[in-house]
Amino acid sequence: MSKPSVLIPIVVFAALVALLGFGFRLSDPRLLPSENLGEPIPAFQLPNLLTGRLMTEADLTGEPFLLNVWATWCPSCVAEHDALTAIHTQYGVKIIGVNYNDDVDAARRWLEQLGDPYAFHVVDAEGTLAVDLGVYGAPETFVVNAEGTILYRHVGVVTEGVYQDTLATYLAQDSMGGS
Amino acid sequence: MIVELGHFCLVIACVLAGLQMVLPSVGLFRGNLLLINTGRSLASGVFLFTVLSFCALTYAFLTNDFSVAYVARNSNTLLPWQYQFSAVWGAHEGSFLLWTLVMSTWTLLVANFSKPLSDEFRARVLIVMAGLSVGFYLFLLLTSNPFERTLPFYPSEGADLNPLLQDFGLIVHPPLLYMGYVGLAVPFAFAIASLWSNQLDVSWARWSRPWTNAAWAFLTLGITLGSWWAYYELGWGGWWFWDAVENASFMPWLIATALIHSLAATEKRGVFKSWTVLLAVFGFSFSLLGAFLVRSGILTSVHAFAVDAERGQAILWFITIVIGGSLTLYSLRAWNLKSVVGFDKSGRENFILANNLLLTISAAVILVGTLYPLAYEALNDGAKISVGPPYFNAVFVPLMLPLLVLMAFSQRSQWAATDLRVLVYGQGRLLAGSTVLGVGVALLLGALDLWICGIATLAFWLTLNLGMELRRRVKGRQAPWRRLLKQPLAVWSMVIGHFGIAVVALGIVSAVMMSEETDLRMAPGDTATVGDLEVKFLGTEAVQGPNYLSDQGRLEVYRAGQLLAVLQPEKRRYLASQSIMTEADILVRFAGDIYVALGEPLSEGAWAVRIHIKPLVRLIWIGGVLIGLSGFLSLLDRRYRVRSVLREKKISERQGSETAYV
Repeated sequence: MSKPSVLIPIVVFAALVALLGFGFRLSDPRLLPSENLGEPIPAFQLPNLLTGRLMTEADLTGEPFLLNVWATWCPSCVAEHDALTAIHTQYGVKIIGVNYNDDVDAARRWLEQLGDPYAFHVVDAEGTLAVDLGVYGAPETFVVNAEGTILYRHVGVVTEGVYQDTLATYLAQDSMGGS
Repeated sequence: MIVELGHFCLVIACVLAGLQMVLPSVGLFRGNLLLINTGRSLASGVFLFTVLSFCALTYAFLTNDFSVAYVARNSNTLLPWQYQFSAVWGAHEGSFLLWTLVMSTWTLLVANFSKPLSDEFRARVLIVMAGLSVGFYLFLLLTSNPFERTLPFYPSEGADLNPLLQDFGLIVHPPLLYMGYVGLAVPFAFAIASLWSNQLDVSWARWSRPWTNAAWAFLTLGITLGSWWAYYELGWGGWWFWDAVENASFMPWLIATALIHSLAATEKRGVFKSWTVLLAVFGFSFSLLGAFLVRSGILTSVHAFAVDAERGQAILWFITIVIGGSLTLYSLRAWNLKSVVGFDKSGRENFILANNLLLTISAAVILVGTLYPLAYEALNDGAKISVGPPYFNAVFVPLMLPLLVLMAFSQRSQWAATDLRVLVYGQGRLLAGSTVLGVGVALLLGALDLWICGIATLAFWLTLNLGMELRRRVKGRQAPWRRLLKQPLAVWSMVIGHFGIAVVALGIVSAVMMSEETDLRMAPGDTATVGDLEVKFLGTEAVQGPNYLSDQGRLEVYRAGQLLAVLQPEKRRYLASQSIMTEADILVRFAGDIYVALGEPLSEGAWAVRIHIKPLVRLIWIGGVLIGLSGFLSLLDRRYRVRSVLREKKISERQGSETAYV
């Protein structure tokens, strides 16, 4: 190798590290605050994924819950699914799904394959609710209190770590405020 | 109590690894032989305490201790005992504990089976390995402690192991794969030690060859097993998905394959010295990158662990320090490095150079494809895209074709300069013969497809060339057959390994081009015709497993009116997690697997049924196993069993004068 070329590996490596490091900034939820924080859930009228019954924002109130935007075309949602299942079974958290821009049959098959920890899902085939929520892409998860007010928005995959560190605090904060 | 002891053992192992790094370094600085040699005995200590720690976690699983958070998340009282055992490495924390156990095993082996090394050089190798271990232990203890308790309120029942992983494949796959991944730390440590001591002669290449071969063989078997597991467990009938995690294991394999060839050239001919060092660094870098991709959550995949950005950041720091440091050291030292030996255009060195170029470029394009979604996201305000098989097939296949041609042609090449007549001798006839065989195979499979004819021809050409090379070695001598058996194991290893590649190539092309796949709605009593087979669906019945309920289908497979087999694919619902799993059932035939999986239940007892016929698909794994075994076979070669420095020297002199082989 001629002399300056021995530096190529380290330069390429530095670029790679920069890219990987940048990857974290992208998936850092705190960089993407929602305009809807503190606002009530936008009004909607959408069918239930499994029963077909029309649901509205009124069906969501009553107890605090996680509103999870997912789709079968989103590989991250597959990864997230296990964590949501664990959060539901271990902590008894109510999770409501928004099936976003998706093929309804594929979505049903997906739930049958992977299990369904959700209380129910609404079908947002046109993305209207997602637009009102200001969703960037799937998956996103909102913490909503019993009155239907959005407390927190998480962009990207929910893990048990994310749940324990942030989502759980917002859910707990709500139950204190509610009682 | 045992759990706390396990945690404590891990701390002790970490401290001992720290000592193993520091004491010999001080010894080297002061020239104190006693301190220099502490690395060897400390290796036993680190290994012992890691084993104890691992046993403690295993104990927690086997006794259903759900006060341990990791056990509660990944086990269940209903889980059969063998899966409780393998659940130890079923998720992030425990699998990383396995990783450290494997690391301490390799360190122990290097400490005890490195007699030809000088005390000083061995100490340097062990210092590098101990340094890596310290990083691994700290990562485990600080970010991913598998022994964490959830006292005082712990669950009375565990959440169960991911059902996908409740399978024989998972018991064996991760340990093999980790032996490979982590094993690449050994040539890495040798390379760093030689850079550090500024002894970039050929001896480090000779010493690290058997270690590299061993790690590479484990990696090969691990990947092969993973592919087999995906085939029969995921229920889609695929055997490779170009998924980020698969790529994470495939990239180090490509680099390690390049490395074992380039090490041979460096050892035998003293060429490519600085390139070989760089490859050794790259190989382990790709292992670490793989660990990072799987565990950081910046890319998602079916196989990825439950992920956490904090852990990913820790690994990224570790990678930056280890690889950044190594490459800086490399830049400083390689500045003055030169290969001393020239070689002719026809020499084997040239073929190895081409092999290395193609393999590293392949690894690079796979890296680009794997990280492209990330770069795209960075440049386009978080818009997400995914790069799928179309990209990988489009870039990977054109790189593998010339590699296959080159491989076939170069088997009979020799170091320095090849007599062109030997190389070209009979190639025309061989090629004609293999074309006939290739077309024959295509006709047997029932399709005169250009891809099948082409790849099968190349596979036969490679095989015939391997045969010719063996023939050259014994030709004109007395008792050629006896002599054939007496060929060094290294020669047999080379022949078997490359033959394995021919087998894999044939398996891939026929599985890709000839598979028949049908999705049908079948009511009980229905019959479907697939290829020359008739498949009759008899309906499903409910079956109770240890920790799941299952709908078990019954399908009879007939050929020309004769019953070949009864297949029983299942749709299982695992009780603890309520997840649904598809268990395919496969009739294994050499001519082609019949692969049956249940889709969704439809009305009135009817099911969506997926039937695949996959001719020769087994060859992919048979070939993979041959390739892996060839790596182990090379370890048994005489020259690696010779221990003393003196005899080692004599042998290398003798080999220099003989016709050398890879």
